[in-house]
Amino acid sequence: MSGSNVPSRLWGRIRRRDEFEPDLGWVLDESRRKWMVEHTSGVTKPDPALVIKNLRRAFGGLTAVDVDHLEIQRGVITALIGPNGAGKTTLFNLLTGFDRPDSGSVLLDGKDIERMRPHVRARKGMVRTFQLTKALTKLSVLENMKLGARDQVGEGFARSLFPPLWRSQEKAIEERAMELLERFSLAHMASEYAGTLSGGQRKLLEMARALMSRPAVVMLDEPVAGVNPALTQSLLEHVRELPIEGMTVIFVEHDMDVVWDISDWVVVMAEGKVIAEGLAEDIGKNQAVIDAYLGSGDDNDGEAP
Amino acid sequence: MTLAAVDWGFILIQTVETSLGLEAAVYALAAVGLNVHFGYAGLLNFGQVGFVAMGAYGMGLSVTLWSLNPFLALLVGMGFATVFALILGVPTLRLRGDYLAIVTIAAAEIVRLLARSTTLGEITRGAEGLHAFIGPFRELNPFDPGSEYGIGPIQFAGNQFFAIVVGWALTAVALAVIWQLMRSPWGRVVKAIREDEDAARALGKNAYWYKLQALILGGVIGGLAGMVQALGKATIQPDSFVPAYTFFFWTVLILGGVGRIWSPVVGAMIFWAMLTFFQGTLTAMVNEGLIPTALMDTSQVSQIRFMLVGVGLALLMVFRPQGIFGSREEMILDVR
Repeated sequence: MSGSNVPSRLWGRIRRRDEFEPDLGWVLDESRRKWMVEHTSGVTKPDPALVIKNLRRAFGGLTAVDVDHLEIQRGVITALIGPNGAGKTTLFNLLTGFDRPDSGSVLLDGKDIERMRPHVRARKGMVRTFQLTKALTKLSVLENMKLGARDQVGEGFARSLFPPLWRSQEKAIEERAMELLERFSLAHMASEYAGTLSGGQRKLLEMARALMSRPAVVMLDEPVAGVNPALTQSLLEHVRELPIEGMTVIFVEHDMDVVWDISDWVVVMAEGKVIAEGLAEDIGKNQAVIDAYLGSGDDNDGEAP
Repeated sequence: MTLAAVDWGFILIQTVETSLGLEAAVYALAAVGLNVHFGYAGLLNFGQVGFVAMGAYGMGLSVTLWSLNPFLALLVGMGFATVFALILGVPTLRLRGDYLAIVTIAAAEIVRLLARSTTLGEITRGAEGLHAFIGPFRELNPFDPGSEYGIGPIQFAGNQFFAIVVGWALTAVALAVIWQLMRSPWGRVVKAIREDEDAARALGKNAYWYKLQALILGGVIGGLAGMVQALGKATIQPDSFVPAYTFFFWTVLILGGVGRIWSPVVGAMIFWAMLTFFQGTLTAMVNEGLIPTALMDTSQVSQIRFMLVGVGLALLMVFRPQGIFGSREEMILDVR
């Protein structure tokens, strides 16, 4: 099989190489790129924000995640794709500390964060969203946003009893929250309960809330699942802007159009392993990826019809 | 044999008296603590009476055992409640919410059974309880024990009045603290944890630590309720801390409306007003022959009034599920 056999139905619009930002020179390096695509487990990146080493997690007999080596380049959008049950969300949970690996380590900016609890990792600049949106329904949209801010003086028990200590910070947080709400077209809902938002608006809110903490790494678990097409476009616009502000974005998505649309780099998982990574346009031609999605024919070559 | 023959004035005075009295204050405080747990932090505590007992015994033992002065005794009582919160919270708050519920209901019974056990008899005086602690507190009483205090027909004896004033004063302080906490970023985090713990953790909040703080805060307020009760009754008996009281506190909280600042206070007043009103009315009606003795006699009234409160609560759940102060808007969000 060659690349030409890839069904276009599956891979959608192929992203052209000249669409890439010029400063992502490493992506454009022809020889290296080819090598990367054919390589099945992680290649080194010039400036990785995250490095995953020998990360393993099994549920009973099922190995959900088994990643030998994977690096996530800083300042670009990395898509994490793979068939259902490939271990994408489990990997997310392992990276953010919501689940603990059986072995292996995760390095953020070169430092091992494996032993850190989720909230500590969040404070180090790793913020995630969830596949099933977690809008805090009985808090107002604005309160939801304010919650996202880091290092709040008034979050200490004793200090919270003395408003003068935190009032000015609170005001600054509120201003920033309103700015972000404006950007995400939610400003008119600021004083409403978050529970009154539609599913799509909740996705927007969750992302905006995550940005309140000025994260270094943003991890989005299916950011546009269940969102109507019009809102999807505006959501994707926001995701695209994040690297410009210096953030590293990792997202899980099943919608291939979305993946081609916004990702700079694609990592493909199947049965817990990283089977390929590369540019979106090349990933579609990768034999291992095609096998993973369409079912492998290799084992049966020359045997059963 | 008519309703007109019933002394309504007397029943009404009694009703108002109990809704302002010692029990109402004690129940209000205990429910204020429960409101912190469940209403704001979403913690299911089915052992609030354990905190009440810990507060009472902490205060009582400080005097009988260690001869501390009343103010230190108050702090020790709060300390006992804090320790109880730590024992319950440290192992369970990392787990799912149901675990706390299971542990609290058992732990409260353990407290009661330990207090009345012969093993600790030397210290806690078993089922007989503590009495000797009251002296130093009575010395602080600015009111004359021999006179009555109140407005018009509503009168309380001096010692009782002292406990009632202390009770409502502590309630006021507790409400002020909670009001300030809940409009601060601390309250925001606690409420966020109630809504979705993982979301709060993903945003860098240490959910475990906040839940522990909320458990301690609500538990200490429950402990204060126990101290007020001890002060008013001049006795601390283990069997006044049976599990049923926890559920009365829950009734009070749900009557008022969960997660609202005033709801425990108003809930406690209504709860006791209802109990007294039903007691008085039913007794009078039996005596007047309006209710045949075949159906009910006066000795059964005190049980039947609880049934009527139960009916009242059931009706409230049907017609106003958010409670008296609760927000219907918020209630509906749960179903979306």
